[in-house]
Order: sequence, then C-alpha cells, then structure tokens
Amino acid sequence: MTGVQLRARQVTRRFGAFTAVDDVSMQVQPGEVVGLLGANGAGKTTLIRMLLGLIAATSGRVELLGGPPDRQRRRRLGYVPQGLGLYGDLTVRENLSFSAHAYGAAEPVLPPALTGRAGVLVRELPLGAQRQVAFLAALAHSPEVLVLDEPTSGVDVLARAALWDTIRAQAERGAGVLVTTHYMQEAQQCDRLLLMSNGQLVAQGSEADIIGSTTAVAVRTGDWAQAFAALNAAGAPVMLEGRAIRVANANPAELQQVLNTAGIQASLQTVPATIEERMLVLARATDGS
Amino acid sequence: MFAVRSATARFGPMLALDDVTVEVPGGSVVAVVGGDGAGKSTLLRALAGEVALESGTIEAPPKQRLGYLPASSGSWAALTVTQNIDFVAGIYGLAGEELTTRRAELLDRASLTPAAGRLAAQLSGGMRRKLGFTMAIVHRPALLILDEPSTGIDPVSRIDLWRLVSEAAASGAAVLMSTTYLDEAERAAHLVVLDSGKILVQGSYDQVRAGFAGVVTQTGEPVRAEWAWRRGRVQHEYWPGASPPPGATVVAPDLEDIVIALSLARRNAVLS
Repeated sequence: MTGVQLRARQVTRRFGAFTAVDDVSMQVQPGEVVGLLGANGAGKTTLIRMLLGLIAATSGRVELLGGPPDRQRRRRLGYVPQGLGLYGDLTVRENLSFSAHAYGAAEPVLPPALTGRAGVLVRELPLGAQRQVAFLAALAHSPEVLVLDEPTSGVDVLARAALWDTIRAQAERGAGVLVTTHYMQEAQQCDRLLLMSNGQLVAQGSEADIIGSTTAVAVRTGDWAQAFAALNAAGAPVMLEGRAIRVANANPAELQQVLNTAGIQASLQTVPATIEERMLVLARATDGS
Repeated sequence: MFAVRSATARFGPMLALDDVTVEVPGGSVVAVVGGDGAGKSTLLRALAGEVALESGTIEAPPKQRLGYLPASSGSWAALTVTQNIDFVAGIYGLAGEELTTRRAELLDRASLTPAAGRLAAQLSGGMRRKLGFTMAIVHRPALLILDEPSTGIDPVSRIDLWRLVSEAAASGAAVLMSTTYLDEAERAAHLVVLDSGKILVQGSYDQVRAGFAGVVTQTGEPVRAEWAWRRGRVQHEYWPGASPPPGATVVAPDLEDIVIALSLARRNAVLS
C-alpha cells in the first residue's frame, strides 16, 4: 500500500450560517495511527463524515485512497462509528455474516472471548464484547484505511489494551488509521495528533506540538481547601490533583496575589500543560470571543 | 468519615463485593477504578444504601444528606435544565428565594446558565452529566457518590466536572466516585483498585506506586504474552517478584500499568 490514504485539502463544511469545518487540510499515511482530538462541537465528526463520503464538502476536496470517496473505494475502508453500527436484534454470527457479505469478504473467525457467544443477540452482550464484534465486522475485509470514532469509550483497561493491540496490528500491516478519542492516555498511543477547535485544525504533531507553549501553575499549600476556594472564587480554571492544585494558563504572580490577599501561604511552580488543559484554554478563548 | 466496612454482597451465585472496606473522609475525593464487572457500581450503591449486604456495615449519612449520581444520565430528558433542578430541590424542601439563589449559583458554576431553558434531551453528553451533578449536590450533601461522572464526555467538560467535584470536596463534602479514566483517578486523594469484587490495592497514588511489587519492562516483543499489554508502538510486560531478563528496559509504571499488571496477576493466578 502506497500513497496517502485519507486526505482533506482546504475542506470547509457549512450548515446554514454555521461553519462546522473551516478550511481543514490533513492526511493519513499508510501504517500510521493518527489521533483526532477536540471538544464536543469542534468538528471532528463532520470531518470524518466528509472523509467517508457520507456528506459533501461545501468547498475544498476530500480524497479516500487517492480519489473521491465513492462506493468502490469505501469497500476498502473499515469504519467503527461511535454507536458501533451493529444490529442489536441480530446475533453475533448474523452481524458478522451480514457485514462480510456486504464487503465480499470471508466471515471472520471468532476470538476466544467471543466463541460460545456466536448465537447471542448483540444487544445482550456487554459493551466491551459489542466493541469487539464491531471491530471484527470492520476488519474482516482487511481494509486499507480504518476510521474509528471513540473506539474504547466505556471499555475497561484490559479490554482497551486488547483493542489497541488490534489497532496497532492493522497499522503494522500497512493500514492508515484515524482515531478519535476523549481519553488522553490513549492519545499518547498515537503516532501523530490533530487538534480541532471551533471547526479549525489548530495544532498537529506530537503531544508536545499540541501543547505548544501552554503552561499550568502547580500550587502546593498546607491549606488546599482554602486555596482552592480563593482561586476558584477569583475565576481561575482550577483543578485538584491529590492535595495540590493546578491552574491552566495562569500567571503565577496573579495567583500569588490572590493567595496573599486570602492570607494563604503556598509555593507556585510553572509546569507544562496537559493536552486537556490546552483544550480547556482553547475552549475558554472561544467562549470569550 | 463515611465508610463501607467488610462488605460482602452477592447477586445470585456471583460475588459482587468480597470483604471490601473503604473509608471516605470529609473534604476528600476517593476514586474507585477497575474493569467491567469489578464491583465499582455495587460498592457505590452499597454506600448509598441501595444494595442489601450479605455481611458488613455501612456508615453513611441519612438520605437527605446524601447526593447520588447514577451511571445513567441522572436527569429527566423531557424536563428543562431548570425544571430538573427545581424538581430535585423540591424533594429536599428548597423553595422560594433560597431555591432561586441556589439554582443560579449551580448553573453558573457548571456553565449551564445559557442552557437553563433547554430540555435535558437536547444537551450534549457533557452538559447532561454536569446537570446530573448539580442535581446531586443541590442540597449540599455531606456525602457525594458519583458513578462514572465523566465516562464518554469530552475532555473540556471533564475538566469542568473535575473542578466541580474538587469544589464540593474543598467545601467539606466526602466524595466517592468511580471512573474508567486512570489519569483522572491519579488526581484523587485516595484511590481504590477493584477487580472481581475484591480490593487489589488502595491508598494515595504515591502509596499505590510505592506498594507496587515487581517490575514493568518495555519491549517490542514480549517474552510472555499473557503478562504483556500494548502501550503505543511498544508493549509493557510485568514481572511480579521475578526479575526481568538482563538488558530489558525497565519503566516507571503509571496507574494504567499498575492496574493492568495487578489485574493480570490475579487473572493468571486464577487460571494457573
């Protein structure tokens, strides 16, 4: 497999007066796992729906496997939507058989965790097992591109590690993978990250590239409850971390003043922000505009 | 101080809680982590007085001093945000001026003021969770129990929610919450790792790390697949007690590694 597997060139999508995706250019290469991050309403799902050919771009161009995302190319794609896209009233076997037929592939062999459950209705399976079935259905035809919308939401740690094994195995055999996640430790498992905010692609690259120059202030104090209350009342975006307090994108001198006024002794240290804090700062900037 | 002590609960043949003791002091956040079916919800519901225990004791405040956010939405889809809050407030006897003030304060803190007139059904997942949270704390409970408050919501809403939880603890409430986000659990003052109804380990994050026995290595090709799990491009492998092969790259395990390693140790012990 060669060439770019998913590409958006200056893609914009409007719904009436609302711009859901605003001039976004991105691509996914064979063998790489790209994480798409953003708060609710950032435009992730709209971008994915355009890449899959489910909705048209208002302007710009979308390419799936080197051309427009038509039916022929979509056969070479694997997609696990957030809602999993399974039929709850069909059994595990019936679901897999249906999707294998649709893609012209052989029916997948059930992994150990699902053997003995072939005849169970999908809606009667726990969520983790349902996700496994959705993965099997999406992978049966060895897709060249894999698009996963929050593949591990609500799944426990062991099952999550197993799903990531599957994702990595797909990338290692050459598939390009685009995955959205709300779980930041999962974002760290990706080769490359894209961060969307307000319809725009605002940062891309490694975790450090996403965080950029955003910092947080760590506040250590014997009286964390009072310090928290004082900083919170002052409108700072405070967060508790054990008995310490973190404030995203803050000026330590200003925080020190708030604490002094409240008569609280504390030591302040500027530290790199987390990806989540970077997203919070972006969201606040948008709200304020 | 509220607590569940030596609690054992059974649903039919299944042991849901197996001699579990967890203390929840006022002014702190206790986080419960563990896989599907580990017993997280049962533990929370036990402290809320909603599970009949086979043995053990519960130390909890009376119902009117307790706030509980269930794993399901926690609000009524066909009511507006304001109606949802007012309904629950009414149950606790809040009315008139007092209710108006409290409602405005809660909406403001949860950044829900612009959505006050919207039906809960029309809220985003994150907003609906924040609404459920405000309904659970409307009466300023002494004990706040939150069942996966942040599952499936976006990171910005998660930070918002964590700020609200911190605020409740800072004002003196005892908070017991479950989560599948281990980076979130790392922030709690005290964490409890559950597996199959048993406590694998509990303590502060530092204590859990310090008490972790064995070594975690990083490798491209694990030696024993049943002791390995995926972390990005590499795998991590757990060596309980035993020493890893010479030359292996040892890593400092984070909570995700620790929870997986302990779960594997239990699973592999059960199988062998």
